Amino acid sequence: MLGVPLSAPAREDVTEIMDRRNFLKNAVVFISAAGLFRRFLGNAEASPTNGPYNPAKHLYGMGIDIDKCIGCGLCVEACKTENNVPKEPFFCRTWVERYVIKKDGTVAVESIEAQKGKPKSRPEDGDIVRSFFVPKLCNQCENPPCVQVCPVGATFRTEDGVVLVDSKRCIGCRYCIQACPYGARYLHPETRTADKCTFCYHRVVKGLLPACVEVCPTQARIFGDLKSMASRLVRFTRINKLHVLKPHLNTEPKVYYADLDGEVR
Amino acid sequence: MASPPKIPEQIKRLSVVIAVIVAGVVALRYFILPSSLFDTRFHRESTVQREVAKNIAFAGAMICGNCHVDQAAKKASGYHKTLSCEGCHGAAQTHIENPSAKPATPKGRELCVSCHTYDASRPTGFPQVNPVLHNPVKACVTCHNPHDPVPLETPRECSACHAQIANIKTVSPHALIGCASCHSVPVKHKITPRSVRPTKPDTREFCGKCHGKDSGRTDAPKIDLATHGERFLCWECHYPHRPERM
Amino acid sequence: MNPELVQRLSELLREVTGYIYPNEVEIHWSILIVVYPYLTGLVAGAFILASLVQVFNVEEVQPTYRLALLTALAFLLIAPLPLQFHLAHPERSYEIFLTPQLGSAMAMFGFVYLWYLMAVLLLEMWFEYRRDLIVWSQAANSPIKWLYKALSLFSSDVSERALAFDRKAIKVITVIGIPSAFILHGYVGFIFGSVKANPWWSSVLIPIVFLMSAIVSGIALVIFLYMVITPLKGKIMDMKCLDKITSYLFYAVIVDFTLEALDFIHRLYESEESIKILSRLVTDKLFISLLVMQVLLGMVVPLAIMVAVKSLKFDAELRKLLYFTSVILIQLGIFATRWNVVIGGQLFSKSFRGLTTYKMEVAGLEGLVTAVIFLILPFLVLAILLKLLPAWETAGGEQDTPA
Repeated sequence: MLGVPLSAPAREDVTEIMDRRNFLKNAVVFISAAGLFRRFLGNAEASPTNGPYNPAKHLYGMGIDIDKCIGCGLCVEACKTENNVPKEPFFCRTWVERYVIKKDGTVAVESIEAQKGKPKSRPEDGDIVRSFFVPKLCNQCENPPCVQVCPVGATFRTEDGVVLVDSKRCIGCRYCIQACPYGARYLHPETRTADKCTFCYHRVVKGLLPACVEVCPTQARIFGDLKSMASRLVRFTRINKLHVLKPHLNTEPKVYYADLDGEVR
Repeated sequence: MASPPKIPEQIKRLSVVIAVIVAGVVALRYFILPSSLFDTRFHRESTVQREVAKNIAFAGAMICGNCHVDQAAKKASGYHKTLSCEGCHGAAQTHIENPSAKPATPKGRELCVSCHTYDASRPTGFPQVNPVLHNPVKACVTCHNPHDPVPLETPRECSACHAQIANIKTVSPHALIGCASCHSVPVKHKITPRSVRPTKPDTREFCGKCHGKDSGRTDAPKIDLATHGERFLCWECHYPHRPERM
Repeated sequence: MNPELVQRLSELLREVTGYIYPNEVEIHWSILIVVYPYLTGLVAGAFILASLVQVFNVEEVQPTYRLALLTALAFLLIAPLPLQFHLAHPERSYEIFLTPQLGSAMAMFGFVYLWYLMAVLLLEMWFEYRRDLIVWSQAANSPIKWLYKALSLFSSDVSERALAFDRKAIKVITVIGIPSAFILHGYVGFIFGSVKANPWWSSVLIPIVFLMSAIVSGIALVIFLYMVITPLKGKIMDMKCLDKITSYLFYAVIVDFTLEALDFIHRLYESEESIKILSRLVTDKLFISLLVMQVLLGMVVPLAIMVAVKSLKFDAELRKLLYFTSVILIQLGIFATRWNVVIGGQLFSKSFRGLTTYKMEVAGLEGLVTAVIFLILPFLVLAILLKLLPAWETAGGEQDTPA
């Protein structure tokens, strides 16, 4: 079970109209109950501002359409620009893998870098059976093994489904890097703390898209709110058969791949 | 008279030590150190606040159109409608804040070929060129307006978008068979490719025109349509773009 | 970015075979993380040996009792240092006490360590040495006099009743201490064994194997120390003691070998997805450290030696030589075991398609020199402890080691 947490579908058959008094009564009850409930959440995930943004109302995820990715690498470059990631190829919050599967069953994989200014085209090979690009990033798991192993609780899951790192408290033990099955984490060479994709949290809470989604030329990356009734991601989960990476590890990732090949690890 | 059991001296000494340690720990935890040090929720909230306060580099395509109305309108219905402005012009948040700091407007070939160079791993149907052969040296923008990159003329060859298939076919026994011989291509497919697709042959007799026992062609391997492969269409087994050599 | 770092990573990248995720170029847990389980393993093993005397009343091993305790303490004191040197922010390491994330095995380190140090080791040593400390403080000059007095917590009761209480207390502490020692080292095994992302580590057997190798290395260390220190002090080794301890070592090695063989056979038999990359790991990267050092030299050869000693009658001199050789080989083998687990688990990619390398720095905070220093330091600490709290001369001048 992928366990995609979708909100209840709209019911077209409801014709009952609530009168104003009932509505106000329900609203008062609901709001105070919700307030109580939030207090009881206790040590739960935090809210970014005390203003109108309510993290409990959102659950962010990403969809990736493999058949649309052209492997241009603009996403990798944009992420590095937006998030102060070192430009060298050894540290990536997101990267793109190229798979080449040949007739004899061999699978060759490589990471591609941003192609700007130095496009590398692959020599034609008549033995290729399938070949495609797979963007990878932190899966913002609902059951994250990295959060489970952090000894000081410096990494945590927010209520809206993003896993963040407190770089002021991270002691740099690198246990989370070992625990991540997807290789999404790295030790930032300057802050010497664990770092990883945050779905551009600083952008999404303001209604913007993550940088990688923003620059993708073919809309291979689809960002959205799983709790929203009308979101591109929810539609994506409706019309595609979804895969996640390493489902047997039960990390409940929130990056959903459409048309993912079985050879992808 | 039995003397009351004495507490062994060791226990007395150790109790003092343990009491001192426990008192020290309790004092530290509850009185000396600020309680915020122990509060996970406080740390997480401050982390979120720090995260949200981070610098934004990309403004987002929605904002560009507020000022650059014409370009946005032109782009909105062309082939580049899904390509965000900042994909080519680079991060532009500083431009929003200070309009006189203009983003780059790349006019050379490097940027365009980074997406459009032929690459066998790119999905079929994506327009690709061989940059060495396709008007070398000339800047792409000379013929293609980047905001509405309609080619100068409708591509005559299917290989403009289906280069990988064309490349495979070139070294196959079917090299001299034109795409249109087997696929009927509606004109609209060359303008809005995803709206209407070409057809595939749907009868065995179609391939039998060359490969059937009774066909006149001498250069095609022959099979008996009645028995070979029974009820399946030919291309369900044989890859027509590169059939096996006999 | 630091050009030296770029240079180093570029070199590593050139040596990668197959495909690894971009973030996996450099391995994160270096030789210091190999040293740490090795040191705590010695602590746990030495303590288990000491507890043989107390709980199971194995008289023959008595001459090594205090030595084992002091060894455990010396290694325990040095054990946190490699961890501190490895952390990217050691100045924040106190946070493990402030906000431990209870789901993390690593968060338990601080508490388990403190418990074992204070409530087990120091407590047991205090009861063991209390009487001697009192007597020594009476005989010594200041400032040592005051040191002994303070160490004995200014106690003065040396009556028979008090001494009997001491012996009883030691028994109780040892009974608590054995599971505590298991946890002290077992949790390290659990740190690795619970990482589902890494098939080389993720195994139910790893905590048990760690513990058994710890016991093996601890016993071997005490034998080594006993065989080195006794002649230095001009005394004669107690062969009955040595034979007995080596017996225990022999049984421990058999159990350890069986468990590791079981793990190996189980992996091959189940042949899960990771078997291909793990086979490449063993044959390409870990051939020397695993097949040669851990298995052949570290287990098979010592086992063969000990079987020979048990079945054939060798004279004392030959036995001493063979024991000494075995314990050195075993130490190398157990260190290689730790290496194979820690470093080996990071040499293959989680994509299961590639291997990277570990280029150990020589100097540098996490380099070879630092690691060697951390391996030598406990012996220096032990030397100081032995001077302060002699292991064989009890107060009153009697020697505990029979000729």
